[in-house]
Amino acid sequence: MSLTLSARDEAMLAGQAGEAARMAMRILVTMARVTDATHLLDISSAHIDGCLYHGQSGLEFAERLLEGGARVSVPTTLNVGAIDLLHPEYFQGSEDQAQRARRLMQLYEAMGCRAVWTCAPYQNAQRPSFGAQIAWAESNAIVFANSVLGARTNRYGDFLDICAAITGRAPAAGLHLSENRRGQLLFRLRDIPERLKREDVFYPVLGYLVGARSFLKIPVIDGLPMGVTEDQLKALGAAAASSGATALFHAVGVTPEAETAEAAFQNTQPEKIIDVAMDDLRDALKKLSTAPDGDIRVVALGSPHFSIEEFSRLMPLIKYLPAHKDVEFIVCTNRQVFSELQKRGWLDDLERAGAQIVVDTCVVVSPIVRAPSGVLMTNSGKFAHYAPGNTGLEVVFGSLEECVRSAALGRVWRDEILWH
Amino acid sequence: MGNAFKSRVLVEGSGRGRALVLTEPLSLWGGLDPQTGEIIDRRHPQRGKTVTGRALIMTAGKGSSSASSILLEAIRAGTAPAAILLMEADAILALGAAVAREMYAKALPVVVIDADDYATLRDDQMIDISEDGTITVSDGE
Repeated sequence: MSLTLSARDEAMLAGQAGEAARMAMRILVTMARVTDATHLLDISSAHIDGCLYHGQSGLEFAERLLEGGARVSVPTTLNVGAIDLLHPEYFQGSEDQAQRARRLMQLYEAMGCRAVWTCAPYQNAQRPSFGAQIAWAESNAIVFANSVLGARTNRYGDFLDICAAITGRAPAAGLHLSENRRGQLLFRLRDIPERLKREDVFYPVLGYLVGARSFLKIPVIDGLPMGVTEDQLKALGAAAASSGATALFHAVGVTPEAETAEAAFQNTQPEKIIDVAMDDLRDALKKLSTAPDGDIRVVALGSPHFSIEEFSRLMPLIKYLPAHKDVEFIVCTNRQVFSELQKRGWLDDLERAGAQIVVDTCVVVSPIVRAPSGVLMTNSGKFAHYAPGNTGLEVVFGSLEECVRSAALGRVWRDEILWH
Repeated sequence: MGNAFKSRVLVEGSGRGRALVLTEPLSLWGGLDPQTGEIIDRRHPQRGKTVTGRALIMTAGKGSSSASSILLEAIRAGTAPAAILLMEADAILALGAAVAREMYAKALPVVVIDADDYATLRDDQMIDISEDGTITVSDGE
């Protein structure tokens, strides 16, 4: 298949919109070939992951773009950085590392991006509408935008996201196109108690299972209850995008492209039907932990960033706190939610209970945890997946209540009814 | 004794290295230390192996979109594989290699091969990839 570029694309490629737009368009054209796109399409927003410091190369890339006159041409938000700019003292890395991370964040702001510093940009007031073509990075934001909002993005990564934001263009391929959004695998929930489906902890576990079993295919989940919340879907998607490469899932009767199973499959047959029973969930639950129940050093919540609704579920549980003297109790969120916490007086309550509220970043992308080793407990499938590799700590997964009560005890507390 | 076949080129370049066949896909973010080239994902069967200079072979990419950053950083730091061979195209890995070409003029070929060819590859075979995507596999040396 050959790629046809518009006159404007060609002009950018020829350098008429500056050196940065030329480099951005060159990378886009390579990626269009990788994805077999026949043309590029206009995007209406971008979300940028490249502002997270991974090393010198990302910094050099952003510097090269800015030197070339880079400026975003569509509304563009920024994902987490490596520094909590409101609480820079939380950063446990070297001063040199902190400066580089901060510099990278500044470079992306200087290109005209909005400094929301969150991995949950979809929980801000302005979010993409159904059917909108967008170029988003951050695996959990991608799966949420596609699945829950019905906007259309591929799995953009660092670099390509800013190339799309600068040029306002993206390869017309993959999930930008209706025919590629068809469900492929049917997951049927079998004999899962309705009681469990109402629990928040059900969703990251189900997501972890669905992501691992569907991998590159698009899963359709049948059997989610009416009234499933956005935070539950966010947890499901984030876990599925961690254990697999899920960029889009459909939930029958819940997500906008799945009013019915037929709609989700675009009137085709599922390639495979997978029945999910309690034993499968217990197995996925087990895989989310790398350590046995025992002493813990850290409780980390908020991946994706905690919403105000999630805080409202946490607040009644802080009666179990303060945290044990050996336990760091950390909640990651964004500034918008943080200022709402201040307004409601919840921040004071949380801080009195010993909670450390982190904004702009999170504990798996930034050295914030002080404990050099031991066990981190979380209610997030994404933290559970990435914490061992990124923090060096072992991990134990549990529900929100299990996390809070464990924080108080300094060792894992279990709600024995949950998974029975 | 050699075996040659064609691949679909995602990012072109020539490269040569001993095969490292991953039995499960690896998410580079949280899975690879770009300073050392070591696989650090504790759940990964090949944890502890080093990808540097190897022909890294896995069915597909996986996980966070930050994988392209990790790959670029590994290329910059000189810890990257010599080539990446996949069974399914992965835009995020291809991107890391495409940006490296812009930034550092360093070629790390990323190619997609057929399932049948994939099934013949074994650890430590010598893999040569040419610019046009021809792959030559030899057991000896």
